[in-house]
Amino acid sequence: MTLSLFALQLLNGVEYGLLLFLVASGLTLVFGILGVLNFAHGSFYMLGAYLAYWFAERTGSLLLAMLIGLPLMVLLGLFVERFAIARLYARDHLSQVLLTYGLVLLFNELQRSLFGNEVHGVATPPLLAFRIPLGDQAWPAYRVLTAFACLAVAAAMRQVILRTRFGMRVRAGASNAEMVEALGIDVRRIFSSLFAAGAALAALAGMLAAPLTTVYPGMGEDILIVSFVVVVIGGIGSIKGAFIGALLVGLSDTFGKVLLPGFSSAIVYALMAAVLVFRPRGLLGQPA
Amino acid sequence: MSAPVLSRRFLLGAAAASLVVRRTFAAAKSKLRIGLLLPYSGTYAALGNNITDAMKLAAKEHGDKLGGREIDWVAVDDESDPAKAPANVNKLIGNVDVLTGPVHSGVAMAMMQIVRQEKLLTIVTNAGAQAVTGTLCAPNVFRTSFSNWQTSYPCAEVMLKAGHRKVVLMFWNYSFGQESMAAFKEGYAKGGGTVVKEIAVPFPSTEFQANLSEIVSLKPDAVFVFFAGAGAAKFVKDYEGAGLREKIPLYGSGFLTEGVLGAQGAAAEGIKTTLHYADALDNPANKKFREAFQKATGRNADVYAVAGYDTVNLLSAALDKVQGDTSAQKELIAALESAHIDSPRGPFRFSKAHNPVQNVYLREVKAGKEVVLGVALKDAEDPAAGCAMGK
Amino acid sequence: MTVPLRVRALLIAGAAALLLVAFSHDRFWLQFLGKAMITCIFAMSLDLLVGVTGLVSLAHASFFGIAAYLLAGLSNRFGFVNPLLTLPLCLAGAALLALAIGWLSLRASGVYFIMVTLAFTQMLHYFFNDAPGFGGSDGLYVNQRPQIGPLDFSNRTASYLAIWTALVLVYLFLSRILRAPFGHVLAGIRGNEQRMLSLGYPIGRYKLVAFVLAGSLAGLAGYLDATLYGFVNPAQFSWRQSGVLLMTVLLGGKGTLYGPVLGALLLTFVEHYGEQFTSHYNALIGALIIAVVLFLPGGLAGLLRSARD
Repeated sequence: MTLSLFALQLLNGVEYGLLLFLVASGLTLVFGILGVLNFAHGSFYMLGAYLAYWFAERTGSLLLAMLIGLPLMVLLGLFVERFAIARLYARDHLSQVLLTYGLVLLFNELQRSLFGNEVHGVATPPLLAFRIPLGDQAWPAYRVLTAFACLAVAAAMRQVILRTRFGMRVRAGASNAEMVEALGIDVRRIFSSLFAAGAALAALAGMLAAPLTTVYPGMGEDILIVSFVVVVIGGIGSIKGAFIGALLVGLSDTFGKVLLPGFSSAIVYALMAAVLVFRPRGLLGQPA
Repeated sequence: MSAPVLSRRFLLGAAAASLVVRRTFAAAKSKLRIGLLLPYSGTYAALGNNITDAMKLAAKEHGDKLGGREIDWVAVDDESDPAKAPANVNKLIGNVDVLTGPVHSGVAMAMMQIVRQEKLLTIVTNAGAQAVTGTLCAPNVFRTSFSNWQTSYPCAEVMLKAGHRKVVLMFWNYSFGQESMAAFKEGYAKGGGTVVKEIAVPFPSTEFQANLSEIVSLKPDAVFVFFAGAGAAKFVKDYEGAGLREKIPLYGSGFLTEGVLGAQGAAAEGIKTTLHYADALDNPANKKFREAFQKATGRNADVYAVAGYDTVNLLSAALDKVQGDTSAQKELIAALESAHIDSPRGPFRFSKAHNPVQNVYLREVKAGKEVVLGVALKDAEDPAAGCAMGK
Repeated sequence: MTVPLRVRALLIAGAAALLLVAFSHDRFWLQFLGKAMITCIFAMSLDLLVGVTGLVSLAHASFFGIAAYLLAGLSNRFGFVNPLLTLPLCLAGAALLALAIGWLSLRASGVYFIMVTLAFTQMLHYFFNDAPGFGGSDGLYVNQRPQIGPLDFSNRTASYLAIWTALVLVYLFLSRILRAPFGHVLAGIRGNEQRMLSLGYPIGRYKLVAFVLAGSLAGLAGYLDATLYGFVNPAQFSWRQSGVLLMTVLLGGKGTLYGPVLGALLLTFVEHYGEQFTSHYNALIGALIIAVVLFLPGGLAGLLRSARD
């Protein structure tokens, strides 16, 4: 492999990893702070993508579609939290896995009834429909934007969690929810907002990815399992861990495809298993 | 005191009842039960729906009667899941007169094992696995769709004629992709071409960036690929995104663009594919079919629908010859074997291995539409490796 | 955990009814109920892990699959048809795999454990899907089904009876285990691991034994499935298969053994008949799972227990 090809594969891996991070961040938040294993996370990704397609088709602008779709997804997140997730806080993992899996089936049916079974394309915003040359390779500008968008979201999340009152309450609620409640802060509100935020993050990832991946039934499941892998590698509840985990997964998947093509699909799982054997709580996970 | 939720006695009663119900289905002019083993949920649902709707359209054109008998459609959602396939097939065996389907080759393999044993008349309406009319061929099994070989082999000569002597292959690493590539290589090596690299992508991964970057650095004359559905849509978009579309011509079997041309948009411009059908085929049967399908379903007909349409038309002609008696299997098979119809895809008949003998067309995407450049291989006949029928 | 008398009667009646079906020679019911019974065995084996020991494993489908593939391999490559030879070998294969996966997975706990089991089952899925020589995504036929003396298991009635016998034996065996000290320790681990630890039990070892035992029984189910259908496929290893099984266990009522049996039977029937009534069948199943989790956490077994009041 030449140096330039190596550098390009590095970029490919990072870009894939950043998008994974966007999806995984919502998952790790919900997982780590609410303690809920949410299998329906991939469905939020899928619904985000479908909303992007639907509104972009009708308004002609992906940006507008995102501006309309995101608030809708926040509302959906709040709704789902209120009526389904809230009942899982005290329950065991099996119940969580199964209830959220039931939600997946419902969402799939919803998607089928509303949007049909066909594959739909979403046009890349014309402003970004150019390529950035890198030697004899080229990178679509839209991909670069997506990568930067993910970085921006990561930075924003860091700011919110570390620097705002809300973030402080979230962190407090994560370590000791009862104490926080005893101090008079409405933990329920925090939890709902967090879940809605998680849903919105997944949806945002779906919207950003829509022009790249196209929109099709079952797209949520494909990304869900990989996101779980990322979250587990990074350590549940750790956004920094999710970031590192996502980059690791992105890079190993990319290089795996080029260097070990026969085994590339198993590489990501082997990576997770290896991490857990040496660090059973993930790279940056908190002890129980 | 409420009874237990699920009484075993109830089960036994239900079992006995259905045994009785099954046994009374012996009347001669009873309804013709056509089994549909297709995906109605999941990623391939669109194909299952198109095949089914086209079959029902053809049935309607025959007055909803085949061989003088009314039709009873018995559909089972196979979910394209091979693990459930034997159980799903068994739901239909003994319950239908003719079995049709499936889409997924793994499901087809499970189905083949059972129907070959039970000798039920079976028409494969999509799955292109070579074995169906190859090592597993059987008198009671026909295929109205295609074999993987037919959709890829002709492209080799097309590419050689265009002067592409060094190519890279890229494909999903499962049976459909593997068989397509084997067929392509067969034709390509014959003409003296060289395959520079074979890139196998694990199925169903759609992360192509790493491999596309590889292709850029390999600089072949052209690229031949196999992808289908949403993966094909993404691949084509990624191919363009990597700057390859203008530099290195992209070829593939028709599944690269079937059903996803709209989603691919301008990224598909200039792609050449070989397939046994094209929307733009200019013959009266196709025009009539596409119009009728559009009217009946509000969707555009595609290569998958054509197979369903032809299946019912073929069945109709064959059943007429035996006055609808599906127990006269030998005569029915002979009738199908001698069938010649004008399908929307062109002239259609069965080979000795019961695979379609059909034209394979060369198509190109021009201005967002699939244009037929000509016939890539006339009366393409699958080599039916391993099939002893008629040899 | 004592089995209520009413349930005991139900189980005996059910077993008798299932046995009667064996003499019907009905093509459809023999393989339909045969598959249902295999699922019952599969579900019970998972219940040992999930319901009794409290370990939620997504790897269970792997043991089912490996035994099935081993049978295909032994039959196709070596021509072994004697079940006295192939059955122990396949069970041993499943047990060894369970030992390996269990040992590695149990180093993690809680949700990490679930994820590691997921990782392993996915790796196996991709291995059998991608590696050449194993039939790939289309799967393999079992060329010769097990056969011993005059008993040919390609005969539907013979395999049905074999499955029925296995189901009864597995149920009795597991019930025994649950009543034995070993079973009590497992239940203790589920209830309060810390307490068991402080009482001096080597819980790691107990969990591993449970894992291997459960895996072997899952292998038995896989062996029977390959015998019944003569077809194996990488899809059998997928996490979705494990997921559906978890659902079955919960629906039936985890920890009760007879619960998952009922759950498996119920789901098999619902799946078959539900499909014929509505095309939105998946949404129905989704709603059913949600309803059971929220309102009927004890599953069918819970319903049965409370119904006698």
